[in-house]
Parts: sequence; structure tokens; C-alpha cells
Amino acid sequence: MTLLKVHKLVRHFPVSRGFGSSAIVRAVDGVDLEIAPGETLAIVGESGCGKSSLARCVAGLDTATSGKVEVEGTDSADMLTADPMRFRRSIQMVFQDPYSSVNPRRRIGEIIGDGLRLHKLVPRAQRAERVRELLEQVGLAADYADRYPHELSGGQRQRVSIARALAVNPRLIVCDEPVSALDVSVQAQVMNLLVRLQRDHGVAYLFISHDLALVRHIAHKVAVMYLGQVVESGDAAIFDQGFLHPYAQSLFDAAPRIGRPEGEEVELLEGDVPSPISPPSGCRFHTRCPQTIDRCKVEAPDLRPVAGRDVRCHRAEEMLARMMPPQAEAAFGTG
Amino acid sequence: MTSLLTVKSLCVGFPGKRGVLPAVEDLDFHIAPGETLAIVGESGSGKSTAALSIPGLLSRSSRPVVSGSVRFEGQEMLNMPDRKLARMRGPDVGMIFQDPSTSLNPVFTIGRQICEPLRTHMGLDARAAEARAIELLELVKVSAPEQRLAQYPHNLSGGMRQRVMIAIALACSPRLLIADEPTTALDVTVQAQVLRLISGLQKSLGMAVLLITHDLGVVWETADRVIVMYAGRKVEEGPVRRILSQPSHPYTEGLLRAARKEGRDGFLTEIPGVVPPPHQRPPGCAFEPRCARAIAACRAAVPAIRSTGPGQVAACIRAEEGQPA
Repeated sequence: MTLLKVHKLVRHFPVSRGFGSSAIVRAVDGVDLEIAPGETLAIVGESGCGKSSLARCVAGLDTATSGKVEVEGTDSADMLTADPMRFRRSIQMVFQDPYSSVNPRRRIGEIIGDGLRLHKLVPRAQRAERVRELLEQVGLAADYADRYPHELSGGQRQRVSIARALAVNPRLIVCDEPVSALDVSVQAQVMNLLVRLQRDHGVAYLFISHDLALVRHIAHKVAVMYLGQVVESGDAAIFDQGFLHPYAQSLFDAAPRIGRPEGEEVELLEGDVPSPISPPSGCRFHTRCPQTIDRCKVEAPDLRPVAGRDVRCHRAEEMLARMMPPQAEAAFGTG
Repeated sequence: MTSLLTVKSLCVGFPGKRGVLPAVEDLDFHIAPGETLAIVGESGSGKSTAALSIPGLLSRSSRPVVSGSVRFEGQEMLNMPDRKLARMRGPDVGMIFQDPSTSLNPVFTIGRQICEPLRTHMGLDARAAEARAIELLELVKVSAPEQRLAQYPHNLSGGMRQRVMIAIALACSPRLLIADEPTTALDVTVQAQVLRLISGLQKSLGMAVLLITHDLGVVWETADRVIVMYAGRKVEEGPVRRILSQPSHPYTEGLLRAARKEGRDGFLTEIPGVVPPPHQRPPGCAFEPRCARAIAACRAAVPAIRSTGPGQVAACIRAEEGQPA
């Protein structure tokens, strides 16, 4: 049984360009996803790839231009109109910035207790007790309930956000870059907390990140996005096998890596991500791709199955042939 | 080897309600000409405060209390009169900041901002400055440089703005470039381009670089030597390859594991606890409450910096105990 099914999701934003002319930002342009209960799907991409817009559509914070999001077989748009409370109990969200995503004027106990109160999940007399339990689950002492957000560090606030999401026992938590504002040593603590909660409660995650190395340990499935589209997706085994799409490869290689041998030349992408207002013709990546051929400039590739994953590249078979096992090992071994 | 910059017993504090809060304590280091020294640490480690105090760029309104010595080619920079210091910023010391969208002036064209240091410090006239600006933009690999001169910062992407910042910093061919988290705000594919650009320029111009970063991957790929800071103090220093393969301080070790995203069974290796805020630092070693190797003696006094390997120094009394399994 699928928990979440995203079908041909499109989110376009009209923008004014001044003097009465307008344009359309194609933030998300036809994305299909599926998440099973208790599973983690990581969406990885750089800024402007549409990963956050996708997350907001899934979490019901934004309405898709077209396409469909189904939660346990029910259309989420219908559920949001008919029974919004049920939708919110199914899907919760944790945001990137721990400073702006909690109300500074309210105590931690109130922030976490809101979900319990609004959804009438526990009688008022037991609410404080349940808040204490939630605080403990995210690794905070019970007396934090009486504190205000400004008394907490970034990592602690992110724990509060997680406890708030967890309060209503959701089936899915959408995590939009939950650790990228935190220091590396604290990142590991919060990531481990998410993994532990998943094992204890069977919650599924849609995990948005720009860092492939970070999601490697927690994702069951991964999808790499570029300019509003998924360019490669599959289960976590692709981390060991190696990515086939040239963009996914570059994203992996470009991240600075401790222990990379001196003189190992990494092919860097040229230029910046093009504007999602007028994405390039043909394959959207062809303007930066080191493997571009004439066909890429005119014909947009479909996402199609190759070697056990889905790839949006005309030359995926050639990439596969080129990726010899020892090379793949060298490219993806840690440190 | 002669050193370009020598920093001795640098202390920086900021007055607060509870007295002066120490941001940097007793920091010593030097940079040789043409060398890249990285200072790495988490937020609150004092790395940016230390870097900003060198060219006298700490905010006046925070009333910083600075002591110690910062010598650039033998010349003392702390307490130097402002006018003299201003003459050094540009030709001697260039600076790049983290956020390219707030460090450029939004109301002036790119051309005007690159030409300004050329005209004030190098005495070029308008035409010569413009020609040099185009050269500089070519040097930092900005496409269509002639057209960029008339553009404003908002017309450029984040990566392009950071290149413009670098062009401005390089305008007067500084001998030392201070780069404070130069790629943190950029996407990884753009970060790789900018880092490669900085190290390429450094080699061709023979400039020294002081790189402030929180990313050990960036340190590995760009720096010669590294200083690890924790809670305002230097805890380890040495050649990058040595420190990142055989760290002697437990904090460096933890940071290294966290940065490598090392994990077992789906869990990442974590350092427990949090960095203590400046007013709650323990009396002995500041890392002691989070350290797996801590003993009673660690709480007694701040550990002294001592040699632990070739070119390597660390502030840990148990450095020889080795890495716990």
C-alpha cells in the first residue's frame, strides 16, 4: 500500500516582469513520486530546482497548478476541502530555519501542545504529560516546556519542530532541509533523531536536501531534481552503484570530499542553473552537460527505466557502459 | 621562512550584561607568503571574529575589546590609525565575505564598485580603471565582462556576485586575501567553481589566503595548513593532510567523523552536547563536557598547546591516548 503518491505534479508561478508583461516560473514541471509507509524518500537538488515548491505542494501549504497528490488513496485536494484536520494529522512538516519556524512569543510547551489541543488528541488534563513525553522523545528535558524559543540553540529548536510535527502521530513528515542551518556536529544528532523516530513510530519522510552525502545514510529512495524535473531516481543502492545522469554525477562529485587524492581531476559544471522562467530547449541540462550531443538540444528526454532506476538522459546506456565497477567504487567510497 | 602575517596572543571580547564576553582567547598563528591557512570551527568558535579583527573590520557599535598583536610584514595593525588602516585594505589585505548579496552595494553598478579601489588606491583614471575592471572580470571568469560593468548586483546570480566580490578584492593585487566562508551561500556545483578559481588565482598571483570555513571538505581541497578552533580557542593546528588523517584533538576527530558523514546501521557518528556559550565556558578544557576521553585533570586548567606530531600542535592533555575505537 502506498502512503503518498504524487502524479504528474506541476507548480507554475506567474511573475510580473514589469510594464504589464508577465512570465511563468516553471518551478515543478511534471513530477511523479511514491512513498511507502515508514520509508524515506530524499529529494536532492540545488537552489531553484523546485524541491521546496514540491515539498510545499505535498504538505498542502500550496496548491498544485495541475497533477495530483494522493494520501493513502485519497486525493489530497479533496481531503483538504472535506476534512482538513484529517489531512494535517496525516502529513506534517519540519522547516529549514529553526529561528523563523517557531513562534517566539509562545512557550515550547504551547508550541508542541497546539496540535494535541486543536486535534483533540488527549484530554486537557493529560496534555502536559504528553508534551513531556514528546520532549523526551526528541531528547529535550521536560522543563523545556516552560521555556521560550530564544532560550534554545538552533539544534534544540529543530528538535522542538520535530516534536511539534510528531505530536499528531503523522504518517508522513515533510522535512525541508531540516539540518542545513545547523553546525555539522549538531546535524548528526538531528539526523539520528529522525532515524530513531522512524524506527520507533514507522513514520515516513519526504526529505528535501541539497546534500547527497547527507541523505545517503537515511534514504531508502532518492530522486535528483534539476529545473523542476526529476533527472534520476531509484532506491538507495544507486549510491553504491553510481549515478547515471551527468547532472546527478556532477552534484555528487562537486561536493568537497575529505581524502580525495591530490590531482584527481573532477569535471566541473560550467555556469549557473538557467532560469526556470525559460528553461533550455530539449534536455534542460544540455547547456551545462559535458556529454551533450545534438539530439539533446532538440529532443527532451523522458524519464525511463535503465539499470534498475529511472533516468532522464538520451545517453544513459552509454553512461552505464562507461561506468566500470572499479571506477564506481573509487568514486563512491567514503573518505 | 619569513611570515607575512603574525598574530600573537590575540584576544577579542564584547562587552555584555555579564561583563566582557570572550569571543577569541589567546590566539597565535602566522601565514607565510603564498600560503593558504584555513581556520575551521563551528558557529561561536570565534573564527570569523578573529579574521575580521585583522583588517580592523569588527563592528564599532559592538565595542570590541581587542588585545595582543597582529603584524603584517612587521607592521603592527592593531590600534593603527583608521586612515593608515584604510590604505592597507586593498593593496595589502583583500577581503571576501560570505554573503555576496549583502556585501555588494545594490545601488551602484558592478563597474563602479570594481573601479573604486582601482581609482582610490592605484590612482588610475576613469578609463584605465575601466579597462582594468574588464581584465579583472575576465580573470574571475565572468562572461561578457564589458556588459557586466553597467549591470547592478540584482542582475547577477549568486555565483556571479561572488566572482565580482573576488574581482573587487583582487583589484589592488593584495598579498593576503581573507575569505570568510566564501562559498557557504553557494550551491555545490558553483562552490566547486569558485574554490577552484580562488586556488588558481592564488597560485598565479602568489597571494596568501586566510580561509575561514566550517567545512572540512573545503579545507582538504584548498588549504596547506589548518587551525581548528573551539569555543574561542585554537585546539589544533598543522598541515591539512596530517590533521585530517591523524587528528590528535578529540574535537577535531569528532568534527572529522561528522564531516565524513560516517555512520553505522543508518546512524551517523555524532558529538554529544552543544558548544558552550561564551558566558558558560567551563574553567578547564572547553570541550571536556562533550569529550569521551575526558578525565578529572581536564577540568583543572585550560590545556596548553603542545607538539603532537610533525608540524602538528594540539591543546589536549590526553592527545597521546589515541583515537578511541
